[in-house]
Amino acid sequence: MQLSDDDFTLFGLPQQHAVDAAALAARWRALQSQVHPDRFASEGAAAQRLAMQWAVRVNAAYQRLKDPLQRGAYLCELRGVPIQAENNTAMPGAFLMQQMAWREALDDAADAAAVDMLDDTVAVQEATMLAQLTEALDVRGDTAAAAQQVRALMFVARFRGDIARRLSALDR
Amino acid sequence: MALLQISEPGQTPDPHARRIAVGIDLGTTHSLVAAVRHGVAECLPDAEGRAILPSVVRYLDDNRRQIGFDARAAQADDPENAIASVKRFMGRRLADIADHGRLPYRFVDQPGMVALDTRAGIKTPVEVSAEILATLRYRAEDTFNDDLFGVVITVPAYFDDAQRQATKDAAQLAGLNVLRLINEPTAAAVAYGLDNASEGLYAVYDLGGGTFDISLLRLQKGVFEVVATGGDAALGGDDFDQALADWALAQAHRAADTAHDKRAVLVAARAAKEALTTADNAVLAAMLSGEPLAVPVSRAQFDTITRPLVERTLLAVRQVLRDAKLKRDDVAGVVMVGGSTRMPAVQAAVGALFGRPPLTNLNPDEVVAVGAAIQANALAGNARDGELLLLDVVPLSLGLETMGGLVERVIERNTTIPVAKAQDFTTFKDGQTAMAIHVLQGERELVADNRSLARFELRGIPPMVAGAARIRVTFQVDADGLLSVAAREQGSGVEASVVVKPSYGLADEQIASMLKDGFASAEADMVARALRESRVEAERMTLATRAALVADGNLLDDAETLAIEALLADLGRIAAGDDHAAIDTAVEQLAEGTEDFAARRMNRGIQQALTGRKLADI
Repeated sequence: MQLSDDDFTLFGLPQQHAVDAAALAARWRALQSQVHPDRFASEGAAAQRLAMQWAVRVNAAYQRLKDPLQRGAYLCELRGVPIQAENNTAMPGAFLMQQMAWREALDDAADAAAVDMLDDTVAVQEATMLAQLTEALDVRGDTAAAAQQVRALMFVARFRGDIARRLSALDR
Repeated sequence: MALLQISEPGQTPDPHARRIAVGIDLGTTHSLVAAVRHGVAECLPDAEGRAILPSVVRYLDDNRRQIGFDARAAQADDPENAIASVKRFMGRRLADIADHGRLPYRFVDQPGMVALDTRAGIKTPVEVSAEILATLRYRAEDTFNDDLFGVVITVPAYFDDAQRQATKDAAQLAGLNVLRLINEPTAAAVAYGLDNASEGLYAVYDLGGGTFDISLLRLQKGVFEVVATGGDAALGGDDFDQALADWALAQAHRAADTAHDKRAVLVAARAAKEALTTADNAVLAAMLSGEPLAVPVSRAQFDTITRPLVERTLLAVRQVLRDAKLKRDDVAGVVMVGGSTRMPAVQAAVGALFGRPPLTNLNPDEVVAVGAAIQANALAGNARDGELLLLDVVPLSLGLETMGGLVERVIERNTTIPVAKAQDFTTFKDGQTAMAIHVLQGERELVADNRSLARFELRGIPPMVAGAARIRVTFQVDADGLLSVAAREQGSGVEASVVVKPSYGLADEQIASMLKDGFASAEADMVARALRESRVEAERMTLATRAALVADGNLLDDAETLAIEALLADLGRIAAGDDHAAIDTAVEQLAEGTEDFAARRMNRGIQQALTGRKLADI
C-alpha cells in the first residue's frame, strides 16, 4: 500500500460509482483505527509524522468517496476525463431554464417552509441526476457523458448551498 | 494475607512502566482533574475531599496567590485582584469581550491578547490559567506521589485556533506535557458512551459557565466520530447571571458602578439562579455601596428574562443539524453537559427541540474531566489496543484573503482532522515578486467579519506576467486542531510557512521568560526538569520500539534487527548519564533508525484493516 495509491485501492473498493455508504464508513473507521496519530502517541516523532501523513491521506480519500458528486468527478479523472468546470460552462438550454426557475423560486420564497419545499424538489431532481451519473459510469462506461453530468450536478450542489444559507438566515 | 495482583490483558505488568496521565477540564467557573485508577476513571479530590476547583485566582501581596475556594470567597471584597472566568479572555483582544465594561477588572488592551492589571502586576489570561492548571497538577502529583507523564486538557469544541494555542501555552507554563487537547463535548461523549455501551448518533448539549457547544457524534465500536459541531464561544451561565443582575438592578432602580458592586450583584444573581433550579421563588440579595438590595424573583420571571439566551443555544442546535444534513429523529440520545444544564428551562427547551428527554445520569460537572482522563490513559499507552479512537473535526472554516477583501475557504468546517488541503493562487500584477498570505477563520464572506489568525509573506517569486505564477498554499490541521500554513511558488520552489500562533499565542521566548520569572522554578530546577523529560522520552521510545519488535519483528531481516538493537543499547547507556542533550540526540537517532520499520508496520496495519482479519489468520 502506497500513499500515492488511488482512493478506491486504498479503501479496497471496486473502481465504480455505486458505493455502499455503510461499508465505506466502516472501512474508514477501520483504516483510521490503524493509522491515526493517537495510535502512535507513545512512539517517537518519526512514527507520529508517518501516522499523520496516512491519517490525512485516508481522510482526504474518505471525503472524496463519500460524496457522490466528488466521487463521480474523481472517477472521471481516473478514467482520463478531467472535469475542468471553469473551461466547460456550456449547459443544455433546458437545464439552464430550470436553474433560472429555481433561483426565482428561492428569491420569491417568503418563509422557511417555502424554502424547504423548494429544497425537497431540488433534492429529488439531484437524486435522479446522480442515478444517471452512476449509470453513465458503471453501466455505459461513457466517461464524457459522466463528466458533463458532474458539471451539471455542480450547479445543483451550489444552488443547494444557497438554499442552506437562506434557511440559516431565515432562522435568525 | 497479601493478594496476588493480576494485570489486565494487554496491560504492562511492570508498575514503573505505567505512565500517569490525567485529564483536566479547565472550565470557566470551575476546573477538575481526573485519572483512571484501578481501571475506573474518577475525579481526584483535594485534601478536603472536594473534586471541584473554582477557576478563580486571587493575587495577594508578596507574590502570593490564592486559587480556588478562598479566592472565590474573596471576589466581592477584592474584585480587581480576584480573577474569575478568565477562560473567556483566553486568546481574545479587549474588543472581543463584549461585556468588558460591566466586569470589575482593570483590563489592559494589549495587542494579541487582553491582560489584567492586578496587585501582582500585569497578568495575561494565559498566566492566570496556568495557576489553575498548576494547582491541579500538584493535586494529581500528590495523589499518585509521582510525576505526571502527560495530560489531556479539554477545550470547547467551538474554540478557535487562538484560544486553543493560548490553552496549550498555559499548560506549558504550568509544566504540563500536553498529550492532546480534546473538545469538551467529545470528552463527555466518551464518558457517556463507554459508560452506557451506546451506539448510534448522539447530540451533546454543553452549556458551561462561559461557552456553549453543540456537537453531533456517531459512536460505533469504540470509535467516536464527530459529525458536526457548532455553538457560541461567548455564551454561558455567566450571561444568565448578568441578565438576572441587570433585571434586578432595573427593578430596584439601582446601579452597580464600583468594582465591588459589580461583582457583588453578580454573585447574588448566581446564588438566586442556583436556588431557582429547585425552588419556585428566590431573592436576589446583595449589599451595594452599603445599601442592601433585595429583589424577589420567581422561576417564571427568571425563565422569561433568560429566554433569549436559551433561544440562542437552540439556534445553534438547529444550525448544526442542518450542517450535518440530519433531522432530530436521527438522534438516538441527547447528552447534557455543564452546570448550566441544571436549569429546568434549559432541559425543557432541549427536550422539546429533540422530542425526547435529555440524558442527565452522569454528573454534568465531572463528565468532561472523566472523559479526558479516559483519553489520557489511552494516549499514554495504558489502555488496551483498539479500545478508543476519537475522530474530531475543524470547528470553524479556514481560509485566505483574496482580492477585494473576500475570503476563499480552503478547509470547510466539520472536516475530520487531521487534514491537509492545498489550493493554488496566482499573482495579480505583472512582475509581482511577493505575495501576502492572510490566514482567516470563520464562516463569513468578508475578511473583516472573520478572525485573523496570521499573516506572512512569500517573497522571491520570479517576475512574471500577472496570473502566470502558480502559488500553492497548503493548510494542515493536526490532531490537536492546530493549524500550520505553507506557501510555495511551484516554478521556482520559493517557500514560506508559518505555524499559526503569532498574533494571539505567546512566543516561545515569552514562555521561557515567564517560567524564569518564578512561575515554576529556579534555573537548577529547569536543568533537572530537562533531564527528567529527556529520560522519560528515552524510556517511552525504548518501550515503544521493544513492543514493536515483539509485535512485528518478522518484518525485519537479521541485519535490520541488529541495527535497531544496537541503537537501543546506545540509548540505554546514554540515558543512564546526566547529559540531556546527548539523550535527546540518541532518541532522535533511534527515531530515524526505525523510520523504515514504522512505515512497514503501518502498511501491515492497513492491510489488516482492509482484510478485516487479524495478522495471525493471514
